[in-house]
Amino acid sequence: MERVSDKVIITVVGKDTVGIIAKVCGYLSEHTVNILDISQTIVSGFFNMMMIVDMKDADRAFHECQKDLEALGEKIGVSIKCQREEIFEKMHRI
Amino acid sequence: MINIGEVTETNKMVEQENLDVRTITIGISLLECIDSDLQRLNDNIYRRITTVAKDLAEVGKKIESEYGIPIVNKRISVTPIALVGGAACKSPEDFATIADTLDAAAEAVGADLIGGYSALVSKGMTKADEMLLRSIPMALCRTKRVCSSANLASTKTGINMDAVRLMGEILLEVAEQSKDRDSVDCMKLVVFCNAPDDNPFMAGAFHGVTEADAVINVGVSGPGVVKTALEAVRGENFEVLCETIKKTAFKVTRVGQLVAQEASRLLGIPFGIVDLSLAPTPAVGDSVADILCEIGLEYAGAPGTTAALAMLNDQVKKGGVMASSYVGGLSGAFIPVSEDQGMIDAVQAGAITLEKLEAMTCVCSVGLDMIAIPGDTKASTISGMIADEMALGMVNQKTTACRLIPVIGKGVGDTVEFGGLFGYAPIMPVNRFSCEDFINRQGRIPAPIHSFKN
Repeated sequence: MERVSDKVIITVVGKDTVGIIAKVCGYLSEHTVNILDISQTIVSGFFNMMMIVDMKDADRAFHECQKDLEALGEKIGVSIKCQREEIFEKMHRI
Repeated sequence: MINIGEVTETNKMVEQENLDVRTITIGISLLECIDSDLQRLNDNIYRRITTVAKDLAEVGKKIESEYGIPIVNKRISVTPIALVGGAACKSPEDFATIADTLDAAAEAVGADLIGGYSALVSKGMTKADEMLLRSIPMALCRTKRVCSSANLASTKTGINMDAVRLMGEILLEVAEQSKDRDSVDCMKLVVFCNAPDDNPFMAGAFHGVTEADAVINVGVSGPGVVKTALEAVRGENFEVLCETIKKTAFKVTRVGQLVAQEASRLLGIPFGIVDLSLAPTPAVGDSVADILCEIGLEYAGAPGTTAALAMLNDQVKKGGVMASSYVGGLSGAFIPVSEDQGMIDAVQAGAITLEKLEAMTCVCSVGLDMIAIPGDTKASTISGMIADEMALGMVNQKTTACRLIPVIGKGVGDTVEFGGLFGYAPIMPVNRFSCEDFINRQGRIPAPIHSFKN
């Protein structure tokens, strides 16, 4: 059985600084990951961003992107998580 | 499309409220391994388990990483060994060699525990059943991952009191054998009334004879998530309270359903059931007792506890049933003492007694669970406690169980440390009056009447 979706949710949480989105988007475009949706909020000085991306055409495997983004997050002082979209879809949609 | 609020809510459940998948359990039928030669039987069992479950640990890790949801245990349950070993085993020692094989196979595939060193004796015991039960102390003493269980009663057959009497003695033997470690091996032994064939939780998991060759069962957990959701509705009426529990149970169970389907796909083994149980751990905020307090009790055990628990258990089921295509196993709130910080607090405050815990088991699974009792408790008294719990299950047509830990060398006022997920437990006082003449009677208690219910 094939996986239903290649959609992945990327969440970025941390202290707000200049260029967080730019750096994450830079990485994604470099590896042909298509961004479908971005939303962000700042809660008491903390940067909170969520992206829905499509990894169908990505040139790197899911777990590699996951590792790279985690490392990128460490470099810029935020926490970056990649999760398959289904867990959110299942939990919040009937 | 999913929004940022929903993503934050899910991740908060995992990061702050201890949402996790408690176990992915592969049920494996060992019926095809049966052989009259003990060595061949053991070889067959080892080969079968290490073939079917070879990717278990890896698949668990993959799901964990892709969805960002912790999977605490990867386990295996097998056909009750009394059935599998009957043709080859001529003594309890022979049976214990199968325990060694199960232990080695579980270790080889990275399974945390393996359940099914079991006998189903609700009506009568075969010679093989009795030998297996007598081999339990030996088997648990020399293995690390093997869990043992026995079904001693059912609504349809009544209570096998000969087996109840025997298990009281066996439990004390297990306690004696591990007395240098606070009788900790007793944690790996549980007795049931109406044991389910598809339970993913230990120590009582076994792969029932009604099941297919192999199957994936998943147990979720989320007492912390329910507790946090209820904090937002303090003082509201019961309708709001119940709706909140149902919605939360739905969300938690959906995660279990997703993980079960994904595990089934990756392992190529059919999906069996999701077990809806609320399973606590000693971690702060991961407690069923704390939910009862949030509902409005000063401590678990206060008057009103049974009603609050009945309501909680029912709402969890109502929310969970809709979230999963197949529900099974134990599916109820667990109320173990040592694994639940709120329960430990209640015992220490003197709010809860064994008798109240027994009453609570009438309205939720699974029974007197992880309760440390004085090491000088008589075997007949333990059998009496087991018989009481079996009677509750038999008459109420539900699963009940006993996992008692008589701690040799310790008494009321002492505390025992089990370590890790198993927590610690204050030793609870046991009613000191005798039931010896009752327990010493031979035979079985007949099945109850199924009409004239009052």
